[in-house]
Amino acid sequence: MHELGVTFYVVKDVKKVAKENKVDKIDFVTLEIGEVSGVIHDQLIDCWNWARKKETVTESAELNIETLEAITFCEDCQAEYRTVDYGKICPYCKSENTYLLRGNEFNIKEIGVYDEDDEES
Amino acid sequence: MKKVKIIEVHENVFNSNNVAAEELRHELKDKGVYMLNVMSSPGSGKTTALSKLINILKDEYRIGVMDVDIETSLDAQKVADLTGVRALQIHNGGLCHIDAEMTSKAIEEFGVDDLDIVFLENIGNLVCPAEFDTGAHRNMMILSVPEGDDKPLKYPLMFSVCDLVIISKIDTMEFFDFDMDKAKSNILRLNPKASIIPVSAKTGEGMEELAKWIRAQL
Ligand SMILES: Nc1nc2c(ncn2[C@@H]2O[C@H](COP(=O)(O)OP(=O)(O)OP(=O)(O)O)[C@@H](O)[C@H]2O)c(=O)[nH]1
Ligand SMILES: [Mg+2]
Ligand SMILES: [Zn+2]
Repeated sequence: MHELGVTFYVVKDVKKVAKENKVDKIDFVTLEIGEVSGVIHDQLIDCWNWARKKETVTESAELNIETLEAITFCEDCQAEYRTVDYGKICPYCKSENTYLLRGNEFNIKEIGVYDEDDEES
Repeated sequence: MKKVKIIEVHENVFNSNNVAAEELRHELKDKGVYMLNVMSSPGSGKTTALSKLINILKDEYRIGVMDVDIETSLDAQKVADLTGVRALQIHNGGLCHIDAEMTSKAIEEFGVDDLDIVFLENIGNLVCPAEFDTGAHRNMMILSVPEGDDKPLKYPLMFSVCDLVIISKIDTMEFFDFDMDKAKSNILRLNPKASIIPVSAKTGEGMEELAKWIRAQL
């Protein structure tokens, strides 16, 4: 359910970027999603494949997802560690006094268009 | 071979909503209207607590309520019946949340120029509404005793975006293993600035303190 809501935002933003760049058909969209953003990639792709057909500009665009590693910082021993491996508890000093540095992202990285008539080379 | 043209975007997907929310917040402020977004799991007691709260405040302020529900118009009708204030049901087409643009449209339809306070009862859901700024001036959420004191640990984002956490249904404390101190410390660890007010909409306990919190925001 959540993935569908988010998909509409991706479509909206992608359409806006396409218009600004005078592109009328997009071939792929690349997202950057943090490991702990809670988004389920397969579901997001299913939603995208359903939603993209509603607009000419997105209809043939594949969705690529790049995962960004999640890192947590420990306030007590100042260490950084992989969130997915250890969660909230610092593996070095066992403190719970930790917070997420990154890994929550949900960004549109880029959109791509295949250029059929290749003039330059 | 096909050449690829790449258009770099590097934009947070929630950005456009955040911008729209900021605009709505300003617009309402200029009109002197204060909006509160109320979130919780399904059935935590949003409609009941809001109705009680409105009955305490309605002689001091001009109040309106907007209820988001997936299908029915039960809640808006219920609040209107219980309090006599103006209520609007927002149908959001089955989405898991309401965003700033939908809220803006609803505000326009509702007409808020004659109001001091608008309560927005969001969809019962602890995940998605937390990610979408509605344009409200304050966020409050309701955690009811039967749900358990571990909810802040499981839904951290929701508890981080709230200015006020109401712990509701405290009249049922004796039936559940709900540790009030643990709940409070779980909330404050995520969100040290959060206000926490335990209430029972059934017995009325804590409702006056809740009303006081609202008055202090205006
Ligand atoms: N014992 C007790 N029951 C309560 C209290 N507040 C609400 N309830 C009951 O909890 C149930 C759900 O309350 P609602 O106010 O409809 O909850 P809600 O959050 O608006 O529900 P949705 O809009 O469906 O998500 C009802 O049966 C209420 O009577 C309370 O303080 N104590
Ligand atoms: Mg309700
Ligand atoms: Zn440590």
